[in-house]
Amino acid sequence: MSEYITHDLTGETIGQVEKKFFTFAEPPHEMVLDSGARLGPITLAYETCGTLSAEKDNVILVLHALTGDSHAAGVYGPNDTKPGWWDNMIGPGKGIDTDRYFVICSNVLGGCMGTTGPSSMNPKTGKPYGMDFPFITIADMVRAQKALLDHLGIEKLLSLIGGSMGGMQVLQWAVQYPEMVYSAIPLATTMRHSALAIAFNEVARQAITADPHWNNGRYYGGQKPDLGLSVARMIGHITYLSDEAMRSKFGRRLQDKDDFSYNFEGDFQVESYLRYQGAKFVERFDANSFLYITKAADYFDLSSFHDESSGVKVFSRAMARFLVVSFTSDWLYPTYQSREMVKAMKKSGLNVSFCEIEAEWGHDAFLVPNERLTNLVKGFLDSVYQNIR
Amino acid sequence: MSTRIYDSPLRYDLQIIASWIQPGSKVIGLGCGEGDLLDFLKRHKQIHETGIEIMEERVAVCIEKGLSAIQGDIFEEITDYPDDAFDYVILSQTLQQVYEPLELIRSMMRIGKKVIVSFPNFGHWHVRLQVLTCGHAPVTPQLPYQWYDTPNIRVISIKDFRKFADQVGFRILREVAINTDNYERTGSNVRFLPNLMATYGIYMIGRKK
Repeated sequence: MSEYITHDLTGETIGQVEKKFFTFAEPPHEMVLDSGARLGPITLAYETCGTLSAEKDNVILVLHALTGDSHAAGVYGPNDTKPGWWDNMIGPGKGIDTDRYFVICSNVLGGCMGTTGPSSMNPKTGKPYGMDFPFITIADMVRAQKALLDHLGIEKLLSLIGGSMGGMQVLQWAVQYPEMVYSAIPLATTMRHSALAIAFNEVARQAITADPHWNNGRYYGGQKPDLGLSVARMIGHITYLSDEAMRSKFGRRLQDKDDFSYNFEGDFQVESYLRYQGAKFVERFDANSFLYITKAADYFDLSSFHDESSGVKVFSRAMARFLVVSFTSDWLYPTYQSREMVKAMKKSGLNVSFCEIEAEWGHDAFLVPNERLTNLVKGFLDSVYQNIR
Repeated sequence: MSTRIYDSPLRYDLQIIASWIQPGSKVIGLGCGEGDLLDFLKRHKQIHETGIEIMEERVAVCIEKGLSAIQGDIFEEITDYPDDAFDYVILSQTLQQVYEPLELIRSMMRIGKKVIVSFPNFGHWHVRLQVLTCGHAPVTPQLPYQWYDTPNIRVISIKDFRKFADQVGFRILREVAINTDNYERTGSNVRFLPNLMATYGIYMIGRKK
């Protein structure tokens, strides 16, 4: 979830990609959300790479995490030095091989990277939605993605892949549109947030709403709640790392000094890191989007989908072949949560593979270049593609 | 006599097991390692495979090969499957390493119609001779460990397994005793004095009618 912290610039990149937009649900045909509210028109920002096969059987939908966007791989132009957030995984000959597969990634509903969200114009008022934006769920995000695929004329997905909140969308897809999904790869994710995960999100949200500049969500055009949003981001970053990762990355080392300053400017490297991450984040992310999207992740509970009482029952709708991956040092979505998911899939008679990768990078491990993960994804996709052809 | 069942790189004991599997069946391999047997069966007999393996490096190799495999402990993983979920449940050269063999075999019988078990034969003459003449815990090509580092915590012979089947109450459907080294691709079936002459026992067992 700390997208854009790590890039593997050694591998070959897909090259130039273009952000595209698709608008649907024009009034009076608004999309009905889980909350019962109606939303429209909706614009989705999306990007594609690779080539769609004539049979349209090589489509892989990539689902991004909390603060990601549609820019999963490639660059926007010859002078763009910052490739997409999963450039180490997506590209020619990579884990998701763009020489073989057609990759689609769209910005989630409620986001702020080109898709309709609280910072978008409310057609009824001519002003940004702010707190008038309706509450959205993971299922609503998936519904919007389905509309995009319909628009692109795609009826089957060879695979779905995503980590963290992207993994929640993967799981939701597999039970919401089971007949469309051949295979699914949920990474470092969960069927429902633990109290711990909700707790961190709530503290992050309170940091935003306690910032006087938040102004009940009406800050567009004025001063933004940058302080609150940066604190929210710092909390996030703590949960994305691990004790082990922090020890090796920072320890108790001081930043640019040999002794304590005896003030609150910040002495330790870890403080400096968090401040930097917070400051960088406010440049690209909208505070209201953060509130809405974290709430959607907290509300997510796969076992309550269609009022099913258990994970086993909910997976009995699914038809996909699954590859579930967790990481040893991930304490936000620990391995026991992936095992619970695998157990439910097994009990539903699904074809599932599971691997717990030894990694020190905590929850962020799924974004960090990792040969094991790359090879797992590659082998799994190869096998699924071979089976359907 | 040296025989080859398939022209394959499979270990000889696995070749025997492979020859027992009906094409198109559902097979689970417990402690499947890097999935050599399941991969062979998938290619040659179009089975629907599941592997259970506790080590990350090994389960990763399985998944990279395109096999369905789950990283986990066999005792825990086996409990999730419904009765008769598989046509065959395979436990290859692992029985001697498990803490509760009886419980495991009962679980295997529950989830599978047929159970295949193989183990190194502690009744082999080489083992007997070492204990008798040297007076130390046996170290043989099949049992290459010292007493303090061996994963083999259960001492089973072919004779013991037959008796076990009788006492616990399952049917022996097939039985083959073989002679081979661990990494040998070839081997031979032992029909004369198997408990003395064979290095491995391979069994297919089923529930009593």
